[in-house]
Amino acid sequence: MTREMTGAEMVIQAMADQGVKHLFGYPGGAVLPIYDAIFAQTEVKHILVRHEQGAVHAAEGYARSTGKVGCVLVTSGPGATNAVTGLTDALCDSIPLVCITGQVPTHLIGNDAFQECDTVGITRPCTKHNYLVKRIEDLPRILHEAFHIASSGRPGPVVIDIPKDIQFAKGIYSKPKEFPHTGYKPKLKGDIEAIKAAVELMANAKRPLFYTGGGVINSGKHASELLKELVRLTGFPITSTLMGLGAYPAADPQWMGMLGMHGTMEANMAMHDCDVMVCVGARFDDRITGRIDAFSPGSKKIHIDIDASSINKNVKVDIPIVGDCAHVLEDMLRLWKAHAKHNDKKAMGDWWKQIGKWRDRKSLAYRGSNEVIKPQYAIQRLYEATKDKDVYITTEVGQHQMWAAQFFHFQEPNRWMTSGGLGTMGYGLPASVGVQLAHPKSLVIDIAGEASVQMTMQELSTAVQYRLPIKIFILNNGYMGMVRQWQELLHGNRYSESYSEALPDFVKLAEAMHAVGIRCEKPGDLDHAIKEMIDIDRPVLFDCVVDQKENCFPMIPSGKAHNEMILGDSGVSLDDAITEEGKMLV
Amino acid sequence: MNANVPSSTSHYPTAPKAQTDVTHTLSVLVDNEPGVLARVIGLFSGRGYNIESLTVSETEHAKHLSLITVVTTGTPMVIEQIKNQLDRLVPVHRVVDMTLSGRSIERELAMVKVRGKGDNRVEALRLADAFRARVIDATTESFVFEITGKSDKIEQFVALMLPLGLVEVSRTGIAAIARGPDGM
Repeated sequence: MTREMTGAEMVIQAMADQGVKHLFGYPGGAVLPIYDAIFAQTEVKHILVRHEQGAVHAAEGYARSTGKVGCVLVTSGPGATNAVTGLTDALCDSIPLVCITGQVPTHLIGNDAFQECDTVGITRPCTKHNYLVKRIEDLPRILHEAFHIASSGRPGPVVIDIPKDIQFAKGIYSKPKEFPHTGYKPKLKGDIEAIKAAVELMANAKRPLFYTGGGVINSGKHASELLKELVRLTGFPITSTLMGLGAYPAADPQWMGMLGMHGTMEANMAMHDCDVMVCVGARFDDRITGRIDAFSPGSKKIHIDIDASSINKNVKVDIPIVGDCAHVLEDMLRLWKAHAKHNDKKAMGDWWKQIGKWRDRKSLAYRGSNEVIKPQYAIQRLYEATKDKDVYITTEVGQHQMWAAQFFHFQEPNRWMTSGGLGTMGYGLPASVGVQLAHPKSLVIDIAGEASVQMTMQELSTAVQYRLPIKIFILNNGYMGMVRQWQELLHGNRYSESYSEALPDFVKLAEAMHAVGIRCEKPGDLDHAIKEMIDIDRPVLFDCVVDQKENCFPMIPSGKAHNEMILGDSGVSLDDAITEEGKMLV
Repeated sequence: MNANVPSSTSHYPTAPKAQTDVTHTLSVLVDNEPGVLARVIGLFSGRGYNIESLTVSETEHAKHLSLITVVTTGTPMVIEQIKNQLDRLVPVHRVVDMTLSGRSIERELAMVKVRGKGDNRVEALRLADAFRARVIDATTESFVFEITGKSDKIEQFVALMLPLGLVEVSRTGIAAIARGPDGM
């Protein structure tokens, strides 16, 4: 379609042409022409948030749960700076976003005009790419190119800064067929020789494993299917990062649980002791590796990643394969099937026996209580009550996030939305708004902490406005739990500024915001209260009052290796014969 | 008081043992669009990489392509990272490691201002001749020399001029090109 229109109309037309249904935003002086264009059409529905950070997180939730590009519209100056946290979050977790920012008119740029800021300068390091549009002729190409860049290769956020005069200017709009950026061509197919070498290595392994990450999910549902097939065919154990949960079904016997700082004992010990590691779409983050020079010392490492800069960044690998997970897994699967000889049965049997021993230690066990609600118990009950439903989970950041990752089990990709790389407190509530919009009939739950949730609390109002029945399940321990845990374990119980005095009454708060509030303080009441929450077809703020002193275990302390994990005082798996030191170091 | 806190209380693993640093010259072919230099420099500063020398100029006007030549130091792993990170930028077309190819020519131009009279002046002129530096400006008490060559040659020339009345030096930074018939 080619016709004359204003820059503002082009923005909305391009979104419609890209199949965008929802746009998260907040109006302001420098984007008013675009809001006029929104007013004049019905194809792209605008969702009014309460803070620009919320708009970006909502778009992230939308994108992560659908695989589509999330769209954001904010004004110049504070609108753009408020969006920065969300953009950085999306960059760290490779979430495809297109964020339109208004800018002061071209002739005022650099003039310290009202609500002016150097948006492209500020967002350059926190976007995959960004643009300042200076000519109306460039706008149609830039709009479509932004979608292409955001969603292809390693996905990420793209910012388009549009001065107000460009929004008013008229030009010819058409959807371009190709993009002139000859430098930007993400490599999808992996080097077949490297994949052959990888299959050879895998087939001869005695203690192999798969270590997968968010890249598998970004690669699309097909990648998860291929992964499942390959893992089952090889018979290797599999673990995943926080970002990769759901790519492989947690109910499967080959699943070892999450790895890393709060990963299971079997996953971390297997990482340490394996002889061949197949890393698919993960990036050897410091929360995964622990002490780098003691990280999986005896293994040959295969690393599949679409981003060449992720390879050999932290850990030197033996077989790097640059390519899209689905493409590489497809080749790998084909070559594996064609490979004459597969793993030695006895060696694999021994490996599984060893993993079984680690599993038997039940590293996630905790001491139950009839008096107070244990946070782990709360997640377990929530999982039991919702596992047969069409459920999506978002989280904030902290202890509750780790417990959710440990105790909520995902069988499918795109069901788990969490802030992994940046660790943004306040991500979960707005993200759940985005998820609920994308999946109006599904059950969407934000597993939250009482500290995190207060960072973007106001988005509850957004949920109420659009009748989005999100459930905010707060594990309320009165502390910034993870900070308190570190202070207890590593800073001599000096709980400096980690206790929140004067918490709001969450039930009344919910009611004041026209949502529903539920409080639960006793383990015996929990199941009933959760059922009540699920049955209410409105936004619910669930204040689950939990044990204030509970710590999140297992835990690999900083600077320690995978086999130096601290286990919890579970009272189940650790027998009393183990010394105090032994309890600390396994 | 921080000195008393053991380093293991950090959230992060201790820094890995330092490998030896090496110096590499990278040629980066980019779209000549606004902000492209800021992207490249921002990447270096944001990720803590070093820039020893940097030259930028549009080289193909019709295609709006610029060539950035950057000299950087780091461990071999960091150099590999720098190349991959540069390659990831959308306006970057190609990154070529001129040091790794082993077949590159590197040159730099410097303008050197020397002030002096009498013997010093004569000596400066004689040395300039030996280094094939040209006089591009002269007064009765000063010269400006133009010298081209490898960086160490320029360093040497500047060092020699120092006792003879060196006033200031302006250097272009390194430009590099591969030997042989093929382009980058």
